[in-house]
Amino acid sequence: MESLLLRSGAWFGVALLALVAFIQTTEPAYAVHMAIIGVTALLVMWVGMAKTDYLAVLNGWIKAPVDESRYDDDLIRWGVILTVFWGCVGFLVGLFIASQLAFPALNLNLEYTTFGRLRPLHTSAVIFAFGGTALITTSYYIVQRTCRARLAFPSLARFVFWGYQFFILLAATGYVLGITQGKEYAEPEWYVDLWLTVVWVAYLAVFVGTIVKRSEPHIYVANWFLLSFIITVAMLHVVNNLSMPISLYSSKSYSLFAGVQSALTQWWYGHNAVGFFLTAGFLGMMYYFVPKQAERPVYSYRLSIIHFWSIIFLYIWAGPHHLHYTALPDWAQTLGMVFSIMLWMPSWGGMINGLMTLNGAWDKIRTDPIIRMMVMALAFYGMSTFEGPMMSIKAVNSLSHYTDWTIGHVHSGALGWNGMITFGALYYMTPRLWNRDRLYSLRMVNWHFWLATLGIVLYASSMWVAGIMQGLMWREYGADGYLVYAFSEVVSAMFPMYLIRAAGGVMYLGGALIMAYNIAMTIAGKYREEAPMTETPYDPAKDRPVVPAVAAAVAGE
Amino acid sequence: MADQRRIDEPTGTETVGHEWDGIEELDTPMPRWWLWTFYICIAWAIGYTVLYPAWPMLNSATAGTFGWSSRGQLDKEMKAEQDRTAPIRTAIDATPIEELSNRPELLKAAIAGGQAAFKVHCVQCHGSGAAGSKGYPNLNDDDWLWGGDIASIHYTLTHGIRQPEHDLTRFSQMPAFGRDGILQPGDINDVTAYVRTISGQQPANAASKRGSAVFAANCVACHNADGKGNRDFGAPNLTDAIWLYGGDATAIAQTVTNSRYGVMPAWGARLDPTTVKMLATYVHSLGGGEALPAASNAAAAAASTADAGNTQEVNVAAK
Repeated sequence: MESLLLRSGAWFGVALLALVAFIQTTEPAYAVHMAIIGVTALLVMWVGMAKTDYLAVLNGWIKAPVDESRYDDDLIRWGVILTVFWGCVGFLVGLFIASQLAFPALNLNLEYTTFGRLRPLHTSAVIFAFGGTALITTSYYIVQRTCRARLAFPSLARFVFWGYQFFILLAATGYVLGITQGKEYAEPEWYVDLWLTVVWVAYLAVFVGTIVKRSEPHIYVANWFLLSFIITVAMLHVVNNLSMPISLYSSKSYSLFAGVQSALTQWWYGHNAVGFFLTAGFLGMMYYFVPKQAERPVYSYRLSIIHFWSIIFLYIWAGPHHLHYTALPDWAQTLGMVFSIMLWMPSWGGMINGLMTLNGAWDKIRTDPIIRMMVMALAFYGMSTFEGPMMSIKAVNSLSHYTDWTIGHVHSGALGWNGMITFGALYYMTPRLWNRDRLYSLRMVNWHFWLATLGIVLYASSMWVAGIMQGLMWREYGADGYLVYAFSEVVSAMFPMYLIRAAGGVMYLGGALIMAYNIAMTIAGKYREEAPMTETPYDPAKDRPVVPAVAAAVAGE
Repeated sequence: MADQRRIDEPTGTETVGHEWDGIEELDTPMPRWWLWTFYICIAWAIGYTVLYPAWPMLNSATAGTFGWSSRGQLDKEMKAEQDRTAPIRTAIDATPIEELSNRPELLKAAIAGGQAAFKVHCVQCHGSGAAGSKGYPNLNDDDWLWGGDIASIHYTLTHGIRQPEHDLTRFSQMPAFGRDGILQPGDINDVTAYVRTISGQQPANAASKRGSAVFAANCVACHNADGKGNRDFGAPNLTDAIWLYGGDATAIAQTVTNSRYGVMPAWGARLDPTTVKMLATYVHSLGGGEALPAASNAAAAAASTADAGNTQEVNVAAK
């Protein structure tokens, strides 16, 4: 009772502080945020004091089985649903801003819907809302099972999960209202950053606590990667967001860093957000779900040790390659470049370990669309971790920098690697979390696979062409030694590429919507009546597929 | 642990003996090609840091044995380009702009340079095709506010239009007839009707006849009795179909009521003289460039870049 009183008092205090800030501020956008914070605090207080167990009611809505297993899976079920939701939102906003680039009228002449505000909404929705929720969800799933232990600090784990969702809410509304500190992938302002810091430290406590109370002698490789992701992101987030607010009643703050120091700190952060959020974190995901779905042992324990430590050591230095040919001193640019080159093989270690885990189960690529998705994810991981070091070479960078090649590179990694491996994990977890025999439809997974793959191909290839074309047009000199093209001519030359890119986005979003339907139906407990996936005609003696004409002939005989 | 090690049947490799939630690990050695490529990358990286600036020391970083720096590379490339173009730029500098057309090789180079400079400095207002837009004149046609021969264009570019605190700038100011109460709304409607009549947009009627008197009393000083304008004041020709701010009744009434005050930077203060000369040559070459006035001689032309009065007299004479 006393602790309930204390908790309710604390939330009431938060609501009061928000009210004071709401009254004192002169910024409408900040007032909106304070209203959101105040109402949420009151809501949390009320739910805590109410007689009705609202969380149980909510769990009833999503047909969550009453948790009698040895693992704490309530949050993970919500995480699956929210990951699917944020994915669809992020892809939709992405498609919209891709269309804005082709048709500027879609800015709608409203400040809230301009490209400048929706672009961070898209990047944060896919990286932090979709990717972050997927990482928290799968890390909770993986750490319990590979440690054979329930989550440590269950109420803190709930605070982390819902607190992170609240961070997403504040960040997203802030972008649309125009609150930003102008740092790419770190746009939220000081008070949102402080909140995320609290949430993230709690996340670290839950994760480490669970590892500490494990009943396994060793810590599984997936947990090394997830732990490195949590620790490094905490460090990156805190350092890059060191700033001084101009007032407690204002959203505006000034960074501790200025000039080229600020740029370097930002790209130390930005590059390692890619390295530890989108690479290390998702490698943790890969190291659990690929061997589970393939039902095969991990290819090489030694490779996993070496590539883990070499990634951790090398990645953190590679950020300056985002600042080639800028005010950054030459020596720092050199180091950024050579560390990126050395990073190539350590990155590929993860791809090798993932792909070669299929040794002895390669036939599953033919029969299991979920494995196919994971293999495609690893293939795109390999492609983009080769492309990255290549683009960090100064001579290549002088062509590719500031062009859409960078956008294509990022998306082959994000759509191909992060998206596909997450889809695979979601398809793996959903039937198990809701005690279903199987997914609603495996054929829909196959549709999702092909739509997503073709979407990425359209996206990446159009942006390669667009980027190289842009780079070449910008540096095109005529015989008299003068530039040939005006910037606007380069922009108009991009139009067809922007259309192809948007078409790729439509396909990728379409696949995600099919997944949303498939997972919703699985949760509802339905099974689609469907013919089993077509078996590719296959010659077991030669261990290879049979050409269709030959197969028909064989069948005819 | 050792007792849990087993041989994995499909691969024939031994496992490490750990197991988590059913996941085991094989004790496969690292692929040789992977390891060797990793070593080569590291060796290459170390070599590169010896050749190029890399290792931070107490006061500055090592310079690298190649002595390369990005500023040095830029200086070298800029110098090479300057050396390559220096003869032709010197020749353009030395040639009065009026005589460039007699030197085809210089003219060609000047037009190319002007086109490049135009794409950087001028397209924002005049468009990449120089076709202009509302408020920004089309430079392809033969309708010129301040004169279309190469010397006049050069003067306009050098000194700009309505630049404050610049004595030589092209300057004129149309009164805001409506806003300042010089004309009543009825008068403005009448004079609008008159302007639309002389520009052939509507037949003469009662309003335009009344407007004729208003025009004679207020407008002829700059726009001339025949409405064909005056390049001394940048006063546009009102009898043709070319309109800078629109020729419909609403736009004309708005112009008369509030006046317009189009400006252009004085590029002579922002760009080097050769580039301004090249820009003038390029704009003159677009299609509407006029020949130098017959009255002009070398002396008048040479003075054109320095003296506003002379140029404008020349322009009037040309008209």
